[in-house]
Amino acid sequence: MEQFKYDNRIVKNFAYATMLWGLVGMLVGVIAAFQLYWPALSFKLPYTTFGRLRPVHTNAVIFAFVGNGIFMGVYYSLQRLLKARMFSDLLSKIHFWGWQLIIVLAAASLLLGYTTGKEYAELEWPIDILIALIWVTFGVNMFGTIFKRREKHLYVGIWFYIATFVTVAMLHIVNSIELPISLTKSYSWYAGVQDALVQWWYGHNAVAFFLTTPYLGVMYYFLPKAANRPVYSYRLSIVHFWALIFLYIWAGPHHLLYTSLPDWAQSLGTAFSVMLLAPSWGGMFNGLLTLRGAWDKVREDAILKFLVVAITAYGMSTFEGPLLSLKNVNAISHFTDWTVAHVHVGALGWNGFMTFAMLYWLMPRMFNTEIYSKKLMNTHFWLGTLGILLYAIPMYWSGFSQSLSWSEFTADGTLRYTFMDTVVRVKLLYLLRGLGGTIYLGGFIVMLYNLIKTVKKGSLQADEAASAPALLNATGGHQGEHWHRWLERRPIQFLVLSLVAVAIGGIVEFIPTFLVKSNIPTIASVKPYTPLELEGRDIYIKEGCYNCHSQMIRPFRHETERYGEYSKAGEFVYDHPFQWGSKRTGPDLAREGGRNPDSWHFKHMYEPSWITTGSIMPAYPWLFKDDVDGSMLEKKINAMRTLGVPYAEGYEKLAMADYKAQAKGIVDGLSVDDDVQKMIKAEGITKIESKEIIALIAYLQRLGTDIKKTSLTSK
Amino acid sequence: MKFINYLKTIEGVGVFPLISLLIFFSFFSVLIYMVIRANRNAIQKHKNIPFDNQLN
Repeated sequence: MEQFKYDNRIVKNFAYATMLWGLVGMLVGVIAAFQLYWPALSFKLPYTTFGRLRPVHTNAVIFAFVGNGIFMGVYYSLQRLLKARMFSDLLSKIHFWGWQLIIVLAAASLLLGYTTGKEYAELEWPIDILIALIWVTFGVNMFGTIFKRREKHLYVGIWFYIATFVTVAMLHIVNSIELPISLTKSYSWYAGVQDALVQWWYGHNAVAFFLTTPYLGVMYYFLPKAANRPVYSYRLSIVHFWALIFLYIWAGPHHLLYTSLPDWAQSLGTAFSVMLLAPSWGGMFNGLLTLRGAWDKVREDAILKFLVVAITAYGMSTFEGPLLSLKNVNAISHFTDWTVAHVHVGALGWNGFMTFAMLYWLMPRMFNTEIYSKKLMNTHFWLGTLGILLYAIPMYWSGFSQSLSWSEFTADGTLRYTFMDTVVRVKLLYLLRGLGGTIYLGGFIVMLYNLIKTVKKGSLQADEAASAPALLNATGGHQGEHWHRWLERRPIQFLVLSLVAVAIGGIVEFIPTFLVKSNIPTIASVKPYTPLELEGRDIYIKEGCYNCHSQMIRPFRHETERYGEYSKAGEFVYDHPFQWGSKRTGPDLAREGGRNPDSWHFKHMYEPSWITTGSIMPAYPWLFKDDVDGSMLEKKINAMRTLGVPYAEGYEKLAMADYKAQAKGIVDGLSVDDDVQKMIKAEGITKIESKEIIALIAYLQRLGTDIKKTSLTSK
Repeated sequence: MKFINYLKTIEGVGVFPLISLLIFFSFFSVLIYMVIRANRNAIQKHKNIPFDNQLN
């Protein structure tokens, strides 16, 4: 027998971080939700507008709240499943503090407007590199622990941890390949359709391998522990694991149905998404059936209640996911709040409730005490459940309402509603959703109180004594055993095979898209952005316009009626990064160019409600005060050329002259508008031609105009 | 630098999904066969790992 100690201090640290960042992430979410009802809540400040707050919310919930939750669950269960202390206390500390540093840098940089403009991967390149380093630290610590284990067999939960580690590393690195032009600005290496495919391959699998697989791993540990019975079927868990990781990776293109992505890639995404139902529900049944014969306990034990709702929410969202991946359903749901509802059933139900169950399980045990109040646990459970319902139902309703009203025609064949009409119809639902979120947050605060009280009455058992016989031959087997058991003792081979399983899908989807020229037919009239438009595009990205506006007209009659000719793949070849967006809280902007005069944009950006009564868009007064930093223009042109945009050699030296000429043209045009002149005087705006607003107007007026000018001509 | 210019065309793109289907089908056939045939005692032992002489 060997004596050793489990490291509870690191688990406690991650638990505290989960609680802190959960509070921050959800609070920001609630503020952002209310901003869509009261746009004045953006306070007319750049740092608090919806376009910057939403990425803070999504990144905080995914990477800070759930991220720390993953590490808490992994560090607790891994040690016990392997009967070994973590490999290195130092690496544990580096991992913990490194991850918190990333979170702080992420929040600060997103609020300051430093963003790559790719959803859920918004962080700029220095933070991306830091993430990769810290993630590898985690991997080394995990594998070091596996190598010094005292349990020959790797339990199923650990397979999920291994697959999470290797796949997240792959996704993060591939999607973050970008060309830096300064410490805070870079351009995606990929453009247009390819960028979209890589981004949604990443985005979808961030859900799969950050929000799902690690939590399935912890489910396979904490559910049996809480129910005090082993998992229902270990055989099913083996099939569940391999089928899930193999199939998940293919499903990304279902985020791009009816877009300019080649049709064959869309079909692959749909087919694999439908197949994905099988392993997802296999996992759900394995979880729920673990409780067979123990349902009486669920009535009394709040932890089991949280687990049951978590697994049920997982089952619901993984049923809904394949449904949303069918082209006919996606035609209705895409760009609407249905997607937002879908995501939140998963995030609030599956990730949230699973995290709460873990916290309620771990904290009293590590602090050698009982939970402070079981009654408050139940209060939290009911507040949380009510919060999810009050969040999800208005959002589903809003999604259906948006879809139906966007596509409704009158008997004369014209669109029945303006876009603003459709916004007014769902505004109240946004208020209700905010209330749902507030109730959920209220439950979270009840949990914080309960856990703080629990911590105060106990004392941390930082090093928990344990004993187990030494493992002399970790990889030795016996005759006649099957190959999967052989594999279950070999972590490195396991990692390699997992990587192969997850790499196949990506390779099959990427290689043809990147290599086949016919996938992206070029259009002769599509030209690179002018210097002023390029600067304007960077402002569009910086302000996070893609959080509410899409740039992708699908080939439906109601969309072409409302927005113009449907989008073609060839129109996006110079877009580093693509800005197709994923929801339409505001209208699509793919063909915004020429739709409204410059003066309209000038006034609209200053105070949207002047132009559109009832608009929920925030005001952007700082665009009228801040100058464009022209010093980066040369670098930007050079970077774009490096990425394949055909600017002539030496153009970077001429770019500023073109910039000024175009800006002057816009300012001259504005000078004939009396309202604009009054506004400029009243607000005391000087040197308008150098302001950010002028560049943004140039970009907005360019959008989609390339193929308006001439008929489609393929090179 | 432009990915689209690396190769003008790729012969027989259809073979990609076909190979994947084949890998998928054979891997899971073997996996399911092995899982069904797995030793009952070993399975029992493995699923009880979270409970091995542990208080917490």
